[in-house]
Amino acid sequence: MLTAEDKKLIQQIWGKLGGAEEEIGADALWRMFHSYPPTKTYFPHFDLSQGSDQIRGHGKKVVAALSNAIKNLDNLSQALSELSNLHAYNLRVDPPRFPLQFLSQCLQVSLATRLGKEYTPEVHSAVDKFMSAVASVLAEKYR
Amino acid sequence: MVHWSAEEKQLISSIWAKVSVEECGAEALARLLIVYPWTQRFFSDFGNLSSPTAIIGNPKVRAHGKKVLTSFGEAIKNLDNLKGTYSKLSELHCDKLHVDPENFRLLGDILVIVLASHLGRDFTPVCQFTWQKLVGVVAHALAHKYH
Repeated sequence: MLTAEDKKLIQQIWGKLGGAEEEIGADALWRMFHSYPPTKTYFPHFDLSQGSDQIRGHGKKVVAALSNAIKNLDNLSQALSELSNLHAYNLRVDPPRFPLQFLSQCLQVSLATRLGKEYTPEVHSAVDKFMSAVASVLAEKYR
Repeated sequence: MVHWSAEEKQLISSIWAKVSVEECGAEALARLLIVYPWTQRFFSDFGNLSSPTAIIGNPKVRAHGKKVLTSFGEAIKNLDNLKGTYSKLSELHCDKLHVDPENFRLLGDILVIVLASHLGRDFTPVCQFTWQKLVGVVAHALAHKYH
């Protein structure tokens, strides 16, 4: 469960990204496709080469959704409701905890490469919990 | 048997050369206990684990972290025989320590994040791919003798 301290840390760290959010989104996605090739099976219609417009575009979407979630940490279910429907009924990505686990890992690596020591154990813990919470909400409507 | 390309082996050794086994080992283990607090169950005799600060400063955590990462160093010297290298440790983790192998995957992922935070942009996507493969294979080797 996200504590008040976790929420504060997440908002603070997201605030430190200073406009690099889109770059991080694209970087995290590229790392995910590279480290976990099975995740590419959900994007057969994409140009998956490094730096592709589609990866950049999709990274931007993912980060925008996460930014929105971070502004609504007290009500993730509602904030992510549309996305939850999309994943359950249209996209039907295999139970979100798996791809989200890989996306979570790659997002955290991307954040850590940029933030260095500022990616403290406490921040790491808060972000990990946040991504878990997002995955749970996205999985809510699967069945 | 896992195949390692020349490039992968080179990436592994060049990253490893930049790693302080003592620092990164201590940090990785501390993060495991902080981010996944249920893992503290394996370390009930380690003393004060009551807060992130206590965990990070705990000398037993630091010493054990160093031990764990030193063992990782052995894996890197024996990439072509990981199952053999970890055979005894695998039995130990199963028979004496009773550790669920899922925890090896968690520690592996944490180690990758620690490397990322220390190395910054040098920890490129290609480096991450190679190291995710390595930690996965090490976790697998450690689980191999479970019965």
